[in-house]
Amino acid sequence: MEKNDLTGTGRCVVIGGSAGSLRALLEMIPMLRSSLPFPVIIVLHRKNDTRSGLQDLFATRTSLPVREAEDKDPLENGTLYLAPPDYHLLVEKDATIALDSSEKIRWSRPSIDVTFESVADVFGSGTMAILLSGANNDGAAGLKYVQDCGGITVVQDPDTAEIPVMPRSALEALRPDYLLAAAAIAGAINRF
Amino acid sequence: MSLSVTDDELNVLLHDIQEIYGYDFNEYAKASLKRRVSRLFVLDQFPSFAEFRFRVRADEAYFSRFIEQITVNFTEMFRDPPFYLALRKEVLPLLSTYPFIRIWHAGCSTGEEVYSMAILLRESNLLHKSILYATDINAKVVQQAAAGIFPITHMKQYSENYIQAGGLYDFSAYYTAGNNRVMLDPAFKKHMVFSTHNLAAESSFNEFQLIVCRNVLIYFDRELQAKVLQLFDDSLERLGFLALGSKESLRLSPTGNKFKQITQEKIWRKMT
Repeated sequence: MEKNDLTGTGRCVVIGGSAGSLRALLEMIPMLRSSLPFPVIIVLHRKNDTRSGLQDLFATRTSLPVREAEDKDPLENGTLYLAPPDYHLLVEKDATIALDSSEKIRWSRPSIDVTFESVADVFGSGTMAILLSGANNDGAAGLKYVQDCGGITVVQDPDTAEIPVMPRSALEALRPDYLLAAAAIAGAINRF
Repeated sequence: MSLSVTDDELNVLLHDIQEIYGYDFNEYAKASLKRRVSRLFVLDQFPSFAEFRFRVRADEAYFSRFIEQITVNFTEMFRDPPFYLALRKEVLPLLSTYPFIRIWHAGCSTGEEVYSMAILLRESNLLHKSILYATDINAKVVQQAAAGIFPITHMKQYSENYIQAGGLYDFSAYYTAGNNRVMLDPAFKKHMVFSTHNLAAESSFNEFQLIVCRNVLIYFDRELQAKVLQLFDDSLERLGFLALGSKESLRLSPTGNKFKQITQEKIWRKMT
C-alpha cells in the first residue's frame, strides 16, 4: 500500500452503519472518553432531510463536539464528524474533509465503502474502521481495504445487531480484528 | 474496485492531459478525483495503467469520455427545496427592482437547476426580463441542458421538491410527457443561453446579479476554490447574490469577507 505524510503519525476512527445502527451508536457515544486523540467520522445511511436532528441527538449524549461535516473542514482530534446526507465523504491527504455528490454506490450516498477506503488511503495503519448493524452489504469492501492497508477492523457482533445483514456480509469478506457488541466497541475506541 | 490507480499514476495522467489537451485538473480535490479515475479504469476494464494512459493520450474520442465520466453530473430539479424557497422569498423580491436580471448557473450539468430557476422566475413574474446563462466544462451535458428533456421517472420526486420549494401550481403544467421522457416548456429556452466554460481556466464574461454554483467547488482544492470565488466576485455587481451548495462555504476563502450570508441557506450578498 502506498504511504504518505500522515501515515504513521495520524490516526482516525471511522464508523459505518445503516438500519438499526442508531441504537448501537446511542449506546456507544456516551461511553467515549471525554478527550480522544483522533477524529471520529460517522457515516450513516439516512434520509435526505437537510434539517435532520441527528447532530443534536448525538450532542446530548457526549461532551465531545459533534459536527455535521462541511467541505474542506479540517479534521480535529476529539471531534465527532457526521457525514451529511446525500454526499459521499472522503478525506484528503492534508486531513481535511472532501465531499462528493456523485452517483450512489450500492444504492447509498453516503457510501460507507467510499469513506472507509478514503480514510485508509490517508491514515493507513492509523485507521480503525467499525461496521455496525444494517440491511445491505455496504462497508464490507471498504473494511477489506482498511485491513489491506494495515488498519484495525471492527464488526458489530451480528448476534447483537438489530439487523445482522451488514455485519454478516463483512464477515464473509474478511476476518476482522474484533467482533464486539456495541458497548465493547466504545471500549475499543477508547483504547485505540 | 478500491482505488486501483495510485497517487503517482494519477499525477502522471493529469500531467499528460494538461500537456496534450490543455485541461488542468491539478487543482481538483485529489481524493474524489482519484476515486473517479479509479472507477473509470475499472469500468472500462483496462488490463494495466499503461494501457489506460496510452488510450487517454492517443484517443481524443476516449478523452471526451474521460471528461464526461470524471466530472460529476448528478443534479435534480429544486435540489434542496428549502434553498429554492429562500431564493423565492428572500432573493427574487430584491432582484425584482432591477430593469434586467442576469443570472449565471456555473457548472449547470444537465440543466435541472436552470429550469427550476426559470420556473421560480416565471411564478414571480420576472422571467420576461431575465436571462439565465448556463455553463459547464462538459460539452455533452451542456447539450442535454439545452435540449431540456429529462427522464419521466424523476418527475414524482421533482414535483415533491417543487411543492416544498413553495411551488404554487401543478408541476406537470411545466412539461409535456412522451416516450418515458418529458420536455420542459420550450418557452423557457428563450431566456437561456448555454455554453461550455471552464471555471478553472477561463475569465469572466459578463456582470450578473445572481451566480448559482452548487456542488461544483467541492471538486476543487482550496487554491482553485479561491481563484473561482475571485472570478465570481469579479462577475457580480455590488449587492449581487452568490448561491453555493448546502455543504459549501465562503468561510475559508480570502474573498469571503466581502460577502454577507443572508439566510440560513447558502446564499451570500456582495456588500462592497
